[in-house]
Formats: sequence, C-alpha cells, structure tokens
Amino acid sequence: MGMTISEKILAAHAGKPEVKPGQILFAKVDLSLATDIVTALTVRVFEEMGGRMLADPDRIVLVNDHYVPAKDIASAKLSKTMREFARRYDIKNYYEVGRAGICHVLLPEEGHVLPGDLIIGADSHTCTYGAVGAFATGVGSTDLAAAWALGELWFRVPETIRVNFWGKLPRWVTGKDLILKLLGEIGVEGALYKALEFGGDTMAQVDMAGRFTICNMAVEAGAKTGIVEPDALTERYVERRATRPYTLWHSDRDSAYCQSLDFSVEAMEPLVARPFSPDNVVSLGSLGNVEIDQVVIGSCTNGRLEDLRLACEAMHGRKVHPRVRVIVVPGSQRVLALAISEGLVSRLVAAGAIISPPTCGPCLGGHMGVLADRERCLSTTNRNFVGRMGDPSSEVYLSGPAVAGASAVLGRIAHPEEV
Amino acid sequence: MGKIRGRVLKYGDNVDTDGIIPARYCTSFLAADLAPHAMEDVDPEFSRKVRDGDILVAGRNFGCGSSRENAPLALKGAGIAAVVAKSFARIFYRNAINIGLPLVESEEAVLTCQEGEEMEIDLDRGLIYNRSRGLQANVQPYPFLMQEILAMGGMVAFVKKRLAERN
Ligand code: SF4
Repeated sequence: MGMTISEKILAAHAGKPEVKPGQILFAKVDLSLATDIVTALTVRVFEEMGGRMLADPDRIVLVNDHYVPAKDIASAKLSKTMREFARRYDIKNYYEVGRAGICHVLLPEEGHVLPGDLIIGADSHTCTYGAVGAFATGVGSTDLAAAWALGELWFRVPETIRVNFWGKLPRWVTGKDLILKLLGEIGVEGALYKALEFGGDTMAQVDMAGRFTICNMAVEAGAKTGIVEPDALTERYVERRATRPYTLWHSDRDSAYCQSLDFSVEAMEPLVARPFSPDNVVSLGSLGNVEIDQVVIGSCTNGRLEDLRLACEAMHGRKVHPRVRVIVVPGSQRVLALAISEGLVSRLVAAGAIISPPTCGPCLGGHMGVLADRERCLSTTNRNFVGRMGDPSSEVYLSGPAVAGASAVLGRIAHPEEV
Repeated sequence: MGKIRGRVLKYGDNVDTDGIIPARYCTSFLAADLAPHAMEDVDPEFSRKVRDGDILVAGRNFGCGSSRENAPLALKGAGIAAVVAKSFARIFYRNAINIGLPLVESEEAVLTCQEGEEMEIDLDRGLIYNRSRGLQANVQPYPFLMQEILAMGGMVAFVKKRLAERN
C-alpha cells in the first residue's frame, strides 16, 4: 500500500521506512513557531521542564504579530518577554515590530517553511504552510516547549481525506471560496484529527496566495493539517526563497485515503460564512440583504498582496459606503511596502479605508477595529465565533477579498459584479 | 490515574476556545486571571455556577478554534476537574492532557446525563458512572503515550524524564 504525502513526511522525520494512520511516533521537527501572544507561557513551561538549552535555536522563529504594536501594558510585557528570550538564547529568527508581519504570511515569504518540512507552531493556523507541501500543524505552548527542549515531538499519524477541485475557476471565485465550499460540505468537525490533501485540475489555477488561504482554514474543519502536493508553482515560489535543502513529496497512486471528495467549481459563485461558525456557508445569491458596519480585509487567511489587489479591483475605484468603516490590514511589512509601491494603498486611502499596520489585530478582537455590541462585520478572516472580533453580540460574516471590496462600496454584502 | 467525582455542568456542540476564554483576556496566562472569565462568551453565568471539582460535559468538537493553552488553563483554574465530551478538537485535547486536565470521550455518557447530576469517572477502568441515575458508560481509552503523560501529571514531568534519560 502506498503512502500519502503526509505519511511520507512523518515517516521521513521519524526515521521510519513506513508509517500507518493511527500510529504514534516521535518525529524531528524542522521548524517551530511562536508569537507574542504565546511565547511568554511557552518560556515559562520550558523553564519548568528544566530546559536550559534549546535543542536548536536556529529552528525557532519568533514573531511579533498578534498585538502589534503593543495595545496595552499587558501585551507590551508579553512582547518584552519574547524579545528578552530571543536575546538570551540568541535566536536569529526573531521578528521585531516594524520588520515582521502575521506569522503565516511572513514565514513563507521569508523562506522559513519549505516543501517536505515538519513544522509545528503554537498557533492553530500553522497548517497554512501545507500550501508549500510541508506537514505543518498547530500545538499549544506546552507541546512547543517540549519541542524546544527535545528537538522532537510526538505525533499521531492522521488519516488523509483527499479533496479534488475540478474545472475552470469562474471570475471572482478564489481559494477562500473553495475552502468555504468544503467547510459548508463537511462541517467544522468533518476532518477532525485528519489531514486534508488538496488536488484536482483546478489547483493549477490557484496561485500560492490562494493555496495559503485554502490550507489556512483546514483547521476550521478540525483537520490536523491541510496540504497541497507541490508542483511547478510551488517550486517557483520556494526556489528563490529557500536557504536550505528541501524535498518535494508526492502521494502514491495507491495511497489509502479514508475519504475522497470531488467538487466541480465551474458553476460556483462567491461564498459567505454566516455567524457564528465558519461552516455556516451560503452562496452570495441566497444570502439576501445583509447591511454591514465594518469590513476587515487582512489576516493570515487573506492579507497577501494578491488579496489587496483583488479587493481594490472589486471596489472599481468607488468610495467606501458612508455607513461603513473599512480596515485594511496588510499581512506583512513586505506586503505593505509592495501595496504602497503598486499604488494600492493610495487607492484604498482615497476610497476612505484605514490602513492598519501588519498585525492580527481585529481578527481575534485584539485591537485595531474591535466591534461594539450588535455591530456587523464582513471579514476576510477565518473565524466568526461568538465574540471573536469584539462584543459577544456582534456578528461576523466571512468572505474572500473580492466580496469584501464590493461590500465596502455598497454597504451590504455584495457581489463584485454589482458594483 | 484514579477517580474523579463531581457535579455535571452541561454544554452543547462546538464550544470553541474563543468562547472558553476570549482573546481579550489572553494577555495573561495565569490561572487566577483567566478563571473568572472561563466560558464567559458561552455562558455569562458560568463563573457564578461553577464549583470546585465540577465536571464539564459537552457535545462534539469541544475546544475547536484557537490553539490557546489559556483555554484548558482557564477551565482548570475555575475548578473543572475533568471534561467529558462526544469528541474533542485535537489541539485542545493535547493541551489539556499536557497540563494535567483529564479529558474523556464518551458519547454515551454525554447523552445520558443532565446538568446538576453526579458523575464519577474511573480513568483506570475506563468507565463513567452517572451516580444520580445509576448508569454506566464506557470511555474511549487513551492512546498509550497519553496515559503515560497523564499518569505523570502532565507533559512537563514527561519531558523532564526524557531530558534526564539523555544525560
Ligand atoms: S490573523 Fe487571526 S487567525 Fe491568523 S494568526 Fe492572527 S489571530 Fe490567528
């Protein structure tokens, strides 16, 4: 029996010729990620473990992103703890405020995550890196501290669900819509403990930004990871960024998938997830009239340059609706710089949007656009749970950047063709 | 691993970690700061209801969403002795076991209990007793490695031992 790409990566890192779903093994970790919001706890646990040495400081990446710049004294202290830890242990890959970005936008851009890697991060959206053909999964602070101390961690080999998208992508339909489609179909626990592997001929038309979006929300189905088999597009993306060797793994033809799902995308239209769950998905056409107070364009899901371009395009040069606040959060300093040089920032500012520094900020109700009671927001982020972006009575709808741009102009959730 | 006996507090499916502890409180990871806000966005009455040693019972996919370890820390800090659910989200599952908060998967036990009833979990025998109704349900056994981690009281002790073995 053949192995899937996920099984192959786990086997390679556990030093085994073969692994099977359900098996529990210790595997060497190529890279571990922590951010300002989790590092302080991770450091404390690491010290409790009696850790005096990091197994490999060069395999650790620390990123200021959740509360950037610090929103209050408590978050300033979290960031300070991380900064001091990075200095004390000589961690090269420490990303300071002003030279960083949202971790899941930043790490691929900087070439830290490469095909074939086994990656853990103390953030649930670590699965984003599956877009480059890595096996990447979220853990908590204690597991991360264990990996810091040991250089390895235990994993249960997940079953894999194969998801194929077929056909030509219609205009305005993006990676976000593909993953929302899947979520609407299988639900928030449809892939619990499993790996989602994405393929089908549509994937060749999905750019890397779209693939990051798709893998990013694998966790919203409960998946351990989302992964795209690397192809020419992947290679083009990583070869100019990589500073260490990498391996392109592919699933065997006779891999044992626990489930196989096929979707035809040709007749698709943009999708929206209604409150209060990312699997509460409907097509725009059947949504009805939903007026909004705020639009957020950004996050590790849709804060890349391609997303900002698409949002701008969907606004068709029009101004933001008078009743609406639009908050645009470029995903990293690099994205911000490119958005400035391409003229996107001036277009958005002229339209009446506010540009936030690269941060998680409003996505987790942190800062830079928290919602008041009963306010309604359309957001390109990944979660719309109760209270996620502010007051527990506020409502969050999720969409891709094109719908977000159109809705910003029209003041209600709208299709770009309506603008 | 012993027995845990407590009063049931019951919730539904897909309780997410933003509900267990909203991000607005996650600038701290200290149980004392987190506990008063545990479950706040799921049930604003939780902090008044919960008593030390209570067992939280929930439906499917408990702990989905953010990987924040503050979530099991908040529940443990609030006095929750164990969580029984139909299923758990995987990151939450690992986090809770790692910090020594026992989680038990049993659809049957969840379906047959009501808020306020008396429940007893026998981790060694893999059984849950509903003392109020005289019912018994089986527990999904832990993978061996998790049993070991839980028996040692959590991941910190486990790593300490592994580090010591290397020296
Ligand atoms: S942008 Fe949102 S989902 Fe992504 S890492 Fe930040 S808080 Fe998490």
